[in-house]
Amino acid sequence: MAIIAERPKSLRDISFTYCPGCTHGIAHRLIAEAVDELGLRNSMAGVAPVGCSVFAYKFFDFDMAEAAHGRAPAVATGMKRARPDMNIFTYQGDGDLAAIGTAEIVHAANRGEHISVFFVNNAIYGMTGGQMAPTTLPGMKTTTSPYGRDADDIGYPIRVSELLNTLEAPYYIERVTLLSVPEIIKAKKAVLKALTYNKEGKGFTFIEFVSTCPTNWGVDPVDALKWAKDNMVPYFKPGLFRDKGEQK
Amino acid sequence: MGNKVLMKGNEAVAEAAIRSGCRLYFAYPITPQSELIEYMAKMMPKVNGTFLQAESEVAAINMVYGAAGMGKRVMTSSSSPGISLKAEGLSYLAGARLPAVIVNVQRGGPGLGDIQPAQGDYFQATKGGGHGDYRLIVLAPSSVQEFADMASDAFDLTDKYRVPVMILSDGLLGQMMEPVEFKEYKTDAEIEELGKQHFDWCMHPNVDGPGRHHHEINSLEIDPVMLEKHVLNLEKIYKEIEAKEVKLEEYNINPDNEYVCVAFGTAARIVKSAIDDLNAEGHNIGLIRPITVWPYPYKEIERAIHDKINRVFVFELNLGQMLEDVKLAVNGKVPVEFMGKVGGIVFTPEEVKEKIKAYL
Repeated sequence: MAIIAERPKSLRDISFTYCPGCTHGIAHRLIAEAVDELGLRNSMAGVAPVGCSVFAYKFFDFDMAEAAHGRAPAVATGMKRARPDMNIFTYQGDGDLAAIGTAEIVHAANRGEHISVFFVNNAIYGMTGGQMAPTTLPGMKTTTSPYGRDADDIGYPIRVSELLNTLEAPYYIERVTLLSVPEIIKAKKAVLKALTYNKEGKGFTFIEFVSTCPTNWGVDPVDALKWAKDNMVPYFKPGLFRDKGEQK
Repeated sequence: MGNKVLMKGNEAVAEAAIRSGCRLYFAYPITPQSELIEYMAKMMPKVNGTFLQAESEVAAINMVYGAAGMGKRVMTSSSSPGISLKAEGLSYLAGARLPAVIVNVQRGGPGLGDIQPAQGDYFQATKGGGHGDYRLIVLAPSSVQEFADMASDAFDLTDKYRVPVMILSDGLLGQMMEPVEFKEYKTDAEIEELGKQHFDWCMHPNVDGPGRHHHEINSLEIDPVMLEKHVLNLEKIYKEIEAKEVKLEEYNINPDNEYVCVAFGTAARIVKSAIDDLNAEGHNIGLIRPITVWPYPYKEIERAIHDKINRVFVFELNLGQMLEDVKLAVNGKVPVEFMGKVGGIVFTPEEVKEKIKAYL
């Protein structure tokens, strides 16, 4: 009998700790598939963040480092500089990357560190129980914005891909979504491209995944996909911001 | 071994680190350690090493975390306010059991303080600084030569125990020039070999099939039973270090001492001059200079307090921090007198003599 679907080699045979309907599992799988397809499993090492994906170091079947909150790009910098023969990525959520780790991501991107960053944007802090994130939409209610995010008071959501696209050094920046099968197929292509550039030593690559958090948004997984499509996608527009590999 | 060269402490420790096989250095500029970062910027490219000026102290210590996770000899340096910013990273390094060397060229505090020499970070270095139950091995040099020698000691210790090592220096030792003699450079092959000792836990390229590894560089243990086990294991390592690695200098310590002084680093240099003068006048005063301030030489101090000792003097460039450790060691046997200077001001041998003479 032919096997038509199996776990990528780069994912270990242990259960995810994510809530039902969460898109982290999809993002993990896309990265693991791409690592397998590019033959990078033996040279790969990743950095897990603080947040829901804090246990990502358990899930991937290669060496992993667990970073302090927001510091993953600095940790990855140290790893890559210490072992240029290895391929390094970070996996970070929006609180980790766009709030407490703003300096680290901006400067790693600005140096053009030869790492890939996978940024999961679901507009909320998941692990700590649904607090306001730097990417929380205006008017969106969270446990720390119980009356809705007031942009006049606390500012507007940060569009990280656009922000990093103002820098000279990054090699590839794209925002994709994990909200439908065609979008996921597109996301897979972006992940493959980022890790291909990583393998070729081209420079800093950045993929933003527009994702969902059914648990903390308080909706079921299908409604979460629809909510994200109706509310997040208009603000965080998917698209290719930068691809130096395509410019020639 | 080669010729003696005249060098600033900040440069000497950097040169010695490179010779010890350090090929990765991440730091952020701050006075009075700037010569160290500048020396690394100049020299690292010449040995195919990595020099990176980080965007912050926080980023620098986390770059150290990443590089240490690869099992490589890596160093950062800063001065007091910068070390406070690194405190988060120090706790993570200790929790993840990563080998790394951190140099603190102390200046006056608290807050921005000033840029003159001080010893006000003793508590921070030896009692914690970051969160959680952890220790750093802390070495306190008292001359430029010792500052340089400590670079290789620090790398050997941190490689052996996988406990981060801090060299607790100060602005005087950093800025002062003294003749210094260096060890030979480790060869690339020797450095490669040093890295391999960590292959059973560090991140490094993998293989398929048997022999494949999954190494996690991590300080998170969400299960309390597992975290307890982890912290108790750290305690076991710390106890071994306390048993084996205490280092001190005993200066004129003898069975006929009437008084014993305790001082570390720059303060100890000044105390030495003062007791030399007093001993020439016919007194018998000894000095204990802890070289490791963690692990601390409690037993050695206790042993030096024999029946003829009338009093113990502690001299520090702070308000009395190591003083507490001396009191623990003396345990009420004799009175302990203290003199400190703060604000980045260094006491003179005359002031030390005056303090001691008041009790002679």
